[in-house]
Amino acid sequence: MITAGTSSASPDPLRPGLAWLAHAVLWLGIAVTAFPLYIAFVASTLTAPDVAQAPMPILPGAHGVDTYRTILLQGLQGTYLSPPVWQMMWNSLLMALIITAGKIALSLLSAYAIVFFQFPGRMVAFWLIFLTLMLPVEVRILPTYEVVSDLGLINTMTGLTLPLIASATGTLLFRQFFLTIPDELVEAARIDGAGPLRFFKDVVLPLSATNIAALSVILFIYGWNQYLWPLLITTDNRLDTIVVGITKMIGTGDATTDWPQVMGTTLLAVLPPALVVVLMRRWFVKGLVDSEK
Amino acid sequence: MAAISLRQVVKRYGSGATANPVIHGVDAEITDGEFVVIVGPSGCGKSTLLRMVAGLEAITDGEIAIGGRVVNDVEPSERDIAMVFQNYALYPHFNVFGNMAYGLRIRKLPEAEVKARVEKAARTLELSHLLDRKPRQLSGGQRQRVAMGRAIVRQPQVFLFDEPLSNLDAKLRAQTRLEIQKLHGELGVTSLFVTHDQVEAMTLAQRMIVMNAGRIEQIGTPEQVYGQPQTTFVASFIGSPPMNLLAGTAEGSGFTVGEQVLALPSPAPRAGALLLGLRPEHAQLTEREGEGWPFAVDLLEMLGAERLVYGRLGGSAFTLRIDGTLVPPKAGSTLRLTAPSQRLHWFDPATGQRVEA
Repeated sequence: MITAGTSSASPDPLRPGLAWLAHAVLWLGIAVTAFPLYIAFVASTLTAPDVAQAPMPILPGAHGVDTYRTILLQGLQGTYLSPPVWQMMWNSLLMALIITAGKIALSLLSAYAIVFFQFPGRMVAFWLIFLTLMLPVEVRILPTYEVVSDLGLINTMTGLTLPLIASATGTLLFRQFFLTIPDELVEAARIDGAGPLRFFKDVVLPLSATNIAALSVILFIYGWNQYLWPLLITTDNRLDTIVVGITKMIGTGDATTDWPQVMGTTLLAVLPPALVVVLMRRWFVKGLVDSEK
Repeated sequence: MAAISLRQVVKRYGSGATANPVIHGVDAEITDGEFVVIVGPSGCGKSTLLRMVAGLEAITDGEIAIGGRVVNDVEPSERDIAMVFQNYALYPHFNVFGNMAYGLRIRKLPEAEVKARVEKAARTLELSHLLDRKPRQLSGGQRQRVAMGRAIVRQPQVFLFDEPLSNLDAKLRAQTRLEIQKLHGELGVTSLFVTHDQVEAMTLAQRMIVMNAGRIEQIGTPEQVYGQPQTTFVASFIGSPPMNLLAGTAEGSGFTVGEQVLALPSPAPRAGALLLGLRPEHAQLTEREGEGWPFAVDLLEMLGAERLVYGRLGGSAFTLRIDGTLVPPKAGSTLRLTAPSQRLHWFDPATGQRVEA
């Protein structure tokens, strides 16, 4: 049934003293979160020797534009010659988007099959999918590497994304949502003459829109943050994602690290996921909190 | 438009020894253009039967024909039917127009034709000003009308209604009942209407099918079902408060209930154990000395136009309905009742079947 709305009644107004305390805690939280980002920003605007000083300057320097132009267009100039950061960001973006789209398509279809169709082994299939939740990428990384390498997919975008697409989280989420679609709606569509694919396209997909949006945000960040798998599967610098690129920039042993450039790259790496969250915030909350019905 | 035939229709869930039968061989003929109501208590199989006609449930055994064509293996969309669901089952993301048009668009009707049909139905149902709204912006009654509109635009041979009024409040229900009746008068489409509400059944039906525990108890006009109930189930299901049923023994023109011998206006149809049925509204009060059956008054209920008097007759519970303007009898007093012989119903206590006088 349709209820009057999902906005819960506003909580009791806090007593003034408590409100002040709550705000203080929030500001403290923001400060703790934002300070490292600020330091990274300051570092990216200084020169390497400046950053190396014992108390690092706390105010931005004058070399910001130079640093960002260098890393974005040329890449890191040091012991490790990275591709330009724009290319690493492009790789990351492509990987995150393919993983997001793939996972959503796969989980929508598998959940649709499990919820709306009766076939032998339906529950077995569901539990098998469910069980894979216990096997994250890290656990199955060796056999997965073996498979991908046998398929000749090392150093390809396919090899980078395909193993990460197969997962159960989305299937579970969509299954739970599909179960809330009333049987009568399915039956009304049958009487209207909508076949399974038509029903999927015309009814299930539009009703799932907010869930898809919410899941996209989560999956995009999941994809963007992938580290271990891209590190293993790509040896070609041109396929480096930005997360992998940053670690390669940090020199080991005798090699020096150009901290301003590393910090600048880090900030750039933080930017897209933050942007996605900010832009999709409304849909994200809606998809997790309420449903359209 | 089409007739519907149900021939020995059986529904079982599961199979083999664990099969759970819910419909036990139902036979019924619904003629072209008729409005038939299937009524019965929850779990009697009435919705299952309707869903079998719709094609949403498989038929275990027997045959269902619509317009002379056996439809056992025909898809719901191919049966030329339209169904109105209890919770309306509107597509939440389509507006009113989209909801009504969806089935037509799937059938690839030209968009101009779709528009014409939807607008015509919307005018009939007074929905024209709501065509752009989403279902969640409508009231219960409006949603109900959209659901009916979705059925009308398909111009089907048969309308199926699955308790479409139960989610409406009492006032709206009465109003919608009249609208459905009016609509059936205009369109004349064969309609099958399922409800558990006897008032809906009595008011809407041209003929009604009373069901109990997967079997048909009686098929007939509302007058027949009320006037000559064929079984004790029908007698106690139709009519409010239900018909009084007194168990006793008949001998000549006397009927013994408990310790009390009731004098009958005419002899019972047969001697021996019988059930005597008498509607609360058909028992009459008498003032004449020495006449009538003693009725001990326990409780009274005032309903406005009438008053219900609860008490005992020969030790059995008995309900009497009297005019609300009469001076109410006192609790604890004893009244004397009579009833004309054509108002007495006789049933076999073992089978529950009517015994004709």
